[in-house]
Amino acid sequence: MKKLFLNGVGWVSLFAWVCGGALAQEYKVGLILDKGGKDDKSFNSAAFRGATQAKSDLKIFLKYVEATDDNAFETLTRSFAQKDFDLIIGIGVSQAEAIKKVSAQFPSKKFVIVDAEVKAPNVRALLFEEHEGSFLVGAIAAMMSQSGTLGFIGGMDIPLIRRFEMGYVAGAKKINPKVKVISNYVGISGDAWNNPAKGKELAVSQYGAGADIIFAPAGASNLGVFDAAEEKKKFAIGVDSNQNWIKPGYILTSMLKRVDHAVFAAIEDGVKGKFTSGTQRFGLANQGIDYAVDQYNEKLLTPKVRADAEKIKAEIVAGKIKVPDFYLKK
Amino acid sequence: MRDSVWKILRFLRPLIAVSAGLAAGLLVTALAGENPLHVLAILGRSAFGSRYDFGMTLFYATPLIFTGLSVALAFHAGLFNIGAEGQLTLGALAAATVGICFPGVPAVIAPFLAGLAAFAAGALWGAIPGWLRARRGSHEVINTIMMNFIAVGLSSWVTLYLLKNPDSQNPETQAVAPSYLIKHLDFFGDAPLSIALFVALAAVVAIWIFLSKSTRGFELRSVGQSEGAARAAGISVGRMQILAMALAGGLAGLVGVSEVLGNATRFKVGFSPEYGFMGIAVALLGRSRPLGVLGAALLFGALHKGTADLDMETENITRDLSLILQGLVILSVAADGLWAWLDRRRSP
Amino acid sequence: MIELKALRKVFGAVVANADVSLKIERGSIHAIIGENGAGKSTAMKMLYGIYPPDSGEIFVEGRLCHWRSPRDAIAAGIGMVHQHFMLAAPYSVFENIVLGVEPLWPAQRQAMREKIKALSAQYGLAVDLDAKIEDLPVGIQQRVEILKLLYQNARILIFDEPTAVLTPQEARNLFANLKKLKSEGKTCILITHKLKEVMEASDQVTIFRAGAVVGEVKTSETSVDELASLMVGRKVSLRAERGAFEAKNVAGGGSKETGPVLRVKNLSLKSSLRDLSFEIAPGEIVGIAGIEGNGQSELLQVLLHPKEYHKKMSGEVSWLGVPSLSGSKTLSNSEIRALGVGCVPEDRHQEAVLLKRPALESFLLGFQRRSRFKKSVFIDSSRLAQAAAEAFESFDIRPRDPALEMSKFSGGNQQKLVIAREFEFSPRALIAAHPTRGVDVGAIEFIHAQILKARAKGLGVLLVSSELDEILALSDRVLVIYEGRIVGEFKHEEFSTGQVTEMDLGRCMTGVAK
Repeated sequence: MKKLFLNGVGWVSLFAWVCGGALAQEYKVGLILDKGGKDDKSFNSAAFRGATQAKSDLKIFLKYVEATDDNAFETLTRSFAQKDFDLIIGIGVSQAEAIKKVSAQFPSKKFVIVDAEVKAPNVRALLFEEHEGSFLVGAIAAMMSQSGTLGFIGGMDIPLIRRFEMGYVAGAKKINPKVKVISNYVGISGDAWNNPAKGKELAVSQYGAGADIIFAPAGASNLGVFDAAEEKKKFAIGVDSNQNWIKPGYILTSMLKRVDHAVFAAIEDGVKGKFTSGTQRFGLANQGIDYAVDQYNEKLLTPKVRADAEKIKAEIVAGKIKVPDFYLKK
Repeated sequence: MRDSVWKILRFLRPLIAVSAGLAAGLLVTALAGENPLHVLAILGRSAFGSRYDFGMTLFYATPLIFTGLSVALAFHAGLFNIGAEGQLTLGALAAATVGICFPGVPAVIAPFLAGLAAFAAGALWGAIPGWLRARRGSHEVINTIMMNFIAVGLSSWVTLYLLKNPDSQNPETQAVAPSYLIKHLDFFGDAPLSIALFVALAAVVAIWIFLSKSTRGFELRSVGQSEGAARAAGISVGRMQILAMALAGGLAGLVGVSEVLGNATRFKVGFSPEYGFMGIAVALLGRSRPLGVLGAALLFGALHKGTADLDMETENITRDLSLILQGLVILSVAADGLWAWLDRRRSP
Repeated sequence: MIELKALRKVFGAVVANADVSLKIERGSIHAIIGENGAGKSTAMKMLYGIYPPDSGEIFVEGRLCHWRSPRDAIAAGIGMVHQHFMLAAPYSVFENIVLGVEPLWPAQRQAMREKIKALSAQYGLAVDLDAKIEDLPVGIQQRVEILKLLYQNARILIFDEPTAVLTPQEARNLFANLKKLKSEGKTCILITHKLKEVMEASDQVTIFRAGAVVGEVKTSETSVDELASLMVGRKVSLRAERGAFEAKNVAGGGSKETGPVLRVKNLSLKSSLRDLSFEIAPGEIVGIAGIEGNGQSELLQVLLHPKEYHKKMSGEVSWLGVPSLSGSKTLSNSEIRALGVGCVPEDRHQEAVLLKRPALESFLLGFQRRSRFKKSVFIDSSRLAQAAAEAFESFDIRPRDPALEMSKFSGGNQQKLVIAREFEFSPRALIAAHPTRGVDVGAIEFIHAQILKARAKGLGVLLVSSELDEILALSDRVLVIYEGRIVGEFKHEEFSTGQVTEMDLGRCMTGVAK
C-alpha cells in the first residue's frame, strides 16, 4: 500500500519534471545521499522526501545519487559543482569533509550539509537539537510509566545518540526523580543501524527487567524494538520520522527530526534567492524537532499528558528549562 | 591453422570474458531505458576523461592491485584467500595505530614504519588461517571468513574505545602524525592518489619475480600444483601454506598505506567498499598472474569509478543498476570455466 | 565390425596418430598394444568420441560415424572401461549402474534391478547391487563398470589398461569374464602393454609404434618375443641382463661406501608395520615383494617422512649412517633427501611431477635448493635448462622439449624424467617404488638398465614393486612382506639356481608358508 503510494508520488514527480523540463532555467538541485541510500526508512529517506516534495511543489530539477563508498562523496560533490547545479545537498556527517573542500573550490555554488557543521560563506549547515525532543519524550514516558522503569536502546554508540540518551534521561527525571533508565546500544559499528534482531533481543531483556516504555533511536534496528513491544504488550517510542503507524497501539509517540522540512526549506530559500549561509539549528522552537500525535496514538496519550507535554515544550522554547546537551558537556 | 586460431582465442580469453560481461551489462541498461553507447561513453569518460577522473580510477585500482595480488598469490599455493577484506582492515588499522601512537618519528622513516606495521598486521591475519590449515587441517575458506568478522569487531573496538577521533561523529580514529603522510600525486589534481600507487606497482613486479624466478616461489607454486609432489620433494607443504597466507595477508594489509597514509590520514570503520572481495574477481580475471592482476585492477577501478558517474549522468541507472553491471562482468569472468572445459576437449 | 581408416590426430607439435587403419572383427577379443605414447590410446579415444579425428574415417558396423562426444559413441553401442574408474565411490553399485537414467518410481526401480541381475547372471559378473563402491575391491569395481556398459547396451567394449590396478587373481577373473563376453557375441578391445596378458586373453593383436600401426597378427600365430620386438622395433630381453651391469663391467664401478645405506631396526608403525629389521648395503638392490596393501606404502612413507609419523612409530632408522629416526629425534624429508637419498615415488601423477607445468619444473622439483640450480635466492634458469637438455638426451625423453607441459608426455617418458631427475645428483641410496608402473616395454628395459648401472657404482636401492618379474630381475635380495611383517628372505642366487621358485614366493606372499 505504502509502496504503491510512493510509486504514485514518483510518477507524479516524474511527470512534473517532464512538463517542467521544457521550461528554461529551472533551479537545479543535486542531492547526495549517504551509503544507506534513499530507502533506509529513516534519515536518508527523510532527506529524500523533503527534496522530492520540493521537486513537485517548487518545480525544481532534482538529481539524487547514492554514494558507494566514503571516497565517492568528494567525486560526486565535485561532479555536481562542475555541472550547472545551483544547490548541492550532502546528507550525513560523513560528507562534511567533501563539502568543506569542494565548497571552497566552487564559491559561486551553494551547498547544504545536514548534521554537521561546515563554516563557509556558501554553505548552510543544518543541525538538529535532538536533545530537546529527547527530553520531551523522556518526560512523556515518565508520565505514562507504571513501573517507574524506562528503557533506552541506541543504535551505534556515537556522541549523537549519547545526546539523545542524555536528553531522554533528563526529561524523565524532571517528571519523576526516582525513575530508573536502563540503557543499551545495539553496537559500535555501522551495522548497528540495521540489526532488528539485536534490537529486539535488547528490548525483550529490558522489558523483562521491568521497563515498560523504550525509546529507540536506533535506525532500522528499532523495528525489532517495536516487535518486542507488541509481543510483550508494552510501549516503544519511535524516532526521526513519524513511526506511530508501524505498530499502532504500541508506539506511544515518535520524536520527530524534520530533516525533510529542513531540506525543503533550504531548497525553497535557494529557489527564491534567499539562500543564506551559516548554521541553522532546528529545535522545538521552529518545529524542526517535535513529537508526533496522530490517529494512531491519540488514544494512548491522555489529554493531561498531552497538556503537560505542551507545557514542558513551551518552557524549553522559552528557555525556562535548560536541557543538558551531550555535545556541550565535554 | 585451427590450432593457431584457438591459441589466439585462448590468449584473448579474459578480454572476451570482460567484453561479454560488459555487453550483457549494457543490455540491462538498455532495458532500463538508456542508450548503451551513451552508457559506454560515460564509462569511458568517467575512467579516463580527465586527469582527475583517471586519478580516481587509479586511486580505486591501487587497493585492488594489493588485494588482487593477495588472492592470486594464495591461489598459486592452492589456497583460497577470502580473508583479504579482514587483512586489509587490520593493515589499515595498524598503520593508523602506529601513526597515532608514535607521532615523533621523523618523516624519513615514518611511512616505512607504518607500512611495515600494515604489512605485518595483514600478514598475521593471513598467517593464522594459514597455520590452521597447515597444522590443523581446517579449511582456509571458512577460517578467513571468520577472521574477517573478528577484524571488523577488533578494528571497531580499537577505533571507538582506544583511538577515537573526539571531533567526529563518525567511527574513525584520530589523524596520524603529519610525518607519516606520503606524497600526493598532484598531477591528478584533487584525486586522492598518492605514491601508494608506485608501491602497488612495485608489489606487482616483486610478486612476479618471486613467483617466476625465485626458488622459494617455485616451492610455493609446487605446493599449489600438487601437494603430494611437493611433499615427496622434501618441501614442507604446511610451511609453504603458512608463508603463502602470510604474504597474501601482508599484501592486502598494504591497502593501509594507500588508504591511511595516502588518503584518509586516519582509519575509518568501513572505509573499504569491499576491496577484499573485489580482489577475488581481480585475481580470477587476471588469471592469477601479477600483470594480469594489474590490468584487472585497473578495469575494476574504472568500473567502480564509473558506478558513481553512471548514477550521476543518467536518468535511469542508479547505484544498484551499475552494481549489476559490475556483477555481470565478474560473472562472465567466473564463467571462464566453460572456456576451460572447451579447452580440455581439444587437448589430451 | 569396426574399421578405422587413415585416422590422423595432431596435438600441438606432437603427431599422436599419423595414419592409423585397422579392422576389428565382431565377437573377438582384440588387443591393441604399443609402447606408451605409441598412439594406441589416442586412436581408441577417437573411436570412443573423446577426440574428433583431424582426418580419416570411423566405420562401426558398416556405417560411417561422426561422433560429437562419447554420448554419440555410447548410443551406437560403444563403451569404455577407463583405467581410472568413473564410479561415484559413496554410491551403491545399483546407483552407479543407473547413474544418468535413475528410476522414477519403485516399479521402475525393480525392473531395472531385474535387468541388471539378468545381465550379471548372463555374463557371470556376480556383484552385490547394494554394496557401496568404496567398500568393494578394485576387481569388483571393474566388474561394475562392465555391467554398467552392458546395461547401456554396449556391444563393443574398450578396456584401457584393465589389469594395471588388478591383482593377478583379479586379472585372471577378468580374462574369464572377457571370454564369456565374447561367447555372448560382444566385441572386446584390450589396450595394454602387458604381453603375457595379450597372449593369454586375445584372439587378434594390432601393434602400434610411433603413431602408426606396424603389425597385425593372430595371437595363436605369434609369441611374446615377436610382439615385443614388433612393439619396440628391435629384440628386447624382458629379463634384465644383470651380468652386464656387474661392478667390474661398468666404468667407475665399485663401491666407495662402507656402512649400510639404509639400516632399519625394529621398526613398527601402529598396526601397519610390525618389527621390521633389515639393511641395505652399498651396491645392493633389496626388493620388497608382497601383495599390495601389506604395508609397502606405509614402509615407504615412514622411511621418507619420519617426522610426520614419529608419534605413531617406534624403532630406529638410519640413512647412510645418519639416524633419521632414533628415539624422539627425527629428520625431515628434505634433510633425508639432502643426504643423497633419491626417491621414485609410488604415484607418479600425485607425487612425482607437476602435470600442468612445463617438464622443466618437474625436473627441478626436489632439487631446487641444490647450489647448482641456485643463484642467490633465484633459480639459475640457464644451468637448469642445460642440465634438463642433457638429461632429456641421455635418458631419451621424448619429445625433447623441456618447455612442454608435463601432462603432454606419455607415462613412460614422464617416468624417465623422474628417474633422470633423481639420478641427476648421483644419489647414494634410492627408493624405487613401482619404477616401471604404467611404462612400456622399451622404457622398462631402459629404466632397469639405469638402476643396475647406478647399483654397480655403489647405489643401494630399496625396490618396491607389484611386478614380481621386476623384483626378481633386479633384486640381490628379496624380502617378502605380509601383513606388515617380513615373512621371508631370499637371495638372488636361490632363484637363479632354481632352489626357490616363483610358486614358493607366491605362497610366502599370501602368508601360506615361509
